[in-house]
Amino acid sequence: MSANATLLDVQHVTVRFHVGGLLAGATMAAVNDVSFSLESARPEIFTLAGESGSGKTTLARVLLHDLEPTSGRVEFEGRDLVTIKNRKDAMTFMKDVQPVFQNPFETFNPLRLVEAYLYDTAINFGRAKDHRTAAPVVDAALRQVGLSLEEVSKRYPHELSGGQIQRVSVARALIPHPRLIIADEPVSMVDASLRMEIVNLFRKLRDEQKVSVIYITHDLATAYYISDRIAIMLRGFIVERGPVEAVLNEPLHPYTRLLRESVPRPAPEARRLWAQHIDLGTTEIREYGRIGCKFAGRCPAVMDICREADPPDIEVEGRTVRCYLYTKQLQEKP
Amino acid sequence: MPLLSAQNLIAYYRTELYGISRTVHAVDDVSFELFPNEIYGIAGESSCGKTTLIKVISGNIKPPLKVEAGSVHYSFGQYEVDMLHIRQDELRKNVRWRQISYIMQGSMSVLNPVRRIITTFEDIIATHQGITDKAAFREQIRQHVSRLGLPVHVLDLYPHQLSGGMRQRVAIALATVFHPSLIIADEPTTALDVVVQRGVLQMLKDIQTESGNTVLLVTHDMAVHANVADRVAIMYAGRFVEEAPTQTIFTAPRHPYTQHLISSLPVIGDKSSKASLGGSPPNLANPPKGCRFHPRCPYTMDICRAEVPPMLQIGDRHRAACHLLKETTS
Repeated sequence: MSANATLLDVQHVTVRFHVGGLLAGATMAAVNDVSFSLESARPEIFTLAGESGSGKTTLARVLLHDLEPTSGRVEFEGRDLVTIKNRKDAMTFMKDVQPVFQNPFETFNPLRLVEAYLYDTAINFGRAKDHRTAAPVVDAALRQVGLSLEEVSKRYPHELSGGQIQRVSVARALIPHPRLIIADEPVSMVDASLRMEIVNLFRKLRDEQKVSVIYITHDLATAYYISDRIAIMLRGFIVERGPVEAVLNEPLHPYTRLLRESVPRPAPEARRLWAQHIDLGTTEIREYGRIGCKFAGRCPAVMDICREADPPDIEVEGRTVRCYLYTKQLQEKP
Repeated sequence: MPLLSAQNLIAYYRTELYGISRTVHAVDDVSFELFPNEIYGIAGESSCGKTTLIKVISGNIKPPLKVEAGSVHYSFGQYEVDMLHIRQDELRKNVRWRQISYIMQGSMSVLNPVRRIITTFEDIIATHQGITDKAAFREQIRQHVSRLGLPVHVLDLYPHQLSGGMRQRVAIALATVFHPSLIIADEPTTALDVVVQRGVLQMLKDIQTESGNTVLLVTHDMAVHANVADRVAIMYAGRFVEEAPTQTIFTAPRHPYTQHLISSLPVIGDKSSKASLGGSPPNLANPPKGCRFHPRCPYTMDICRAEVPPMLQIGDRHRAACHLLKETTS
């Protein structure tokens, strides 16, 4: 299995949900034809960015084997996730792929000591036989995130700060020695002065522990800061994917451009561009149901073809863009 | 002449449970002034006392919150209001919504979920002003809403039929019906996407520019302040630590907390390593002695552990509270 070069391979994944009544109603693709892959040899931080309702979390659930895709295939180290049928296989998979969730105060039961989760994880994943032998394992994981067992023992979630408890949830994820961490909005509930602590931690894990991270966020500024590659999602589609510097400094897709421009810069001198008036467009549901490019209703460069069929993935300047503006590049290719 | 002058405000939450009394020092010795025709930003992390401060200055003081000392004084033209001693019926009839209105984070809780938007407008406005001619009133609301650039048909919908951004813009429309002198916006765009946030804040700013009133914008997001506010105050653990024009806060901050806050902001286009501040904000039920930032401050001196630093005037419209700084006498 180690000979296989891809750590995670996502091919044309689509997840459809039924919306509306039992008999009437329609299906809505929360994730639509999504493909990307991570290499084993090169640990990286891969960001899935998008606004609310773009399908980020649904995709995360697919990657965590919590939700089966309607179509498409997800392979982790060469193993298709649909072949995971029993508990033993699931444990093997979970050992390698661990989640970190958005709100640490919801992840942890307020009536349970936080260390209990760490001990449970160590014992469940076979890193220790019992509570006593688990202590050094737990302590080692906590030290990787800048804490120690001494600091968190006999503490309840509310006795730790937001930054501390989120670091504990990262420590918990590290106990089984995962190859991949899937972090869904891990810093959006954490205060500004503590946010960089978590973000820097992911950087450190990539560089020192060789752990790959799928960082799911709506915050493009932290995404730029930590990630190697980024995929911008819109209404289920990945509209642009590539190295983070290229995608965010010189966005090609009109939606990425709008998004990039709308991120307020913490610099008063940059006000003018941000203050240019924008059209907020139609509601979410309507954009999901739209035929063709989901951005066509708001796109300044919209063409007739955009309203007729989904644009294809096109390779442009070292990245993948899903936009008809770049079809020329598609034709030139042999 | 300031619109609002708040002096030496001290507001604590005092609770007693099973004989154990607990005091949360949410706002401690805060003084500031708001002037007509400006957008004043207050920045701070969660539970630093931002919302408590808003409650106090808007006269929404209910136990266990108690104002221990200080004054809150408004001058709405000729009409003077002492907010801490005003009668409740006068506050409701003449001040709330007419002079001071409020935009909250989750506008779902402002809009009644089982009534159409237009009915919510009627409900809220009837509390402050009798509605005699319903048809004329509705026409007036329609004009108000369309002047703000919102589609008029949203008035006939229910809140759940609107997107988050539209709901928040409806809440802004609702807050500006009487053209109040002061609009308090508490984290108005925190739950929204960046593109929608931009649209909502643009609308708020347009209203302010057009009517020349004052907006008090409270958010933890420094990038929002950079793009919207004229002046910014930084709050830490119940106290103001620095206040200056927006440009100064971002380019020449003087308080160590502000300096750290600004330098650690991630910016697209910058991959240089940014350090995080150790420790975490103090528990306001038991704040540290002296300067409340001293356990995390890189420059802590002995005096910081013992004495609370006074708020000093250190430049043009620039105040900061730190023992490292000296007052400029101009």
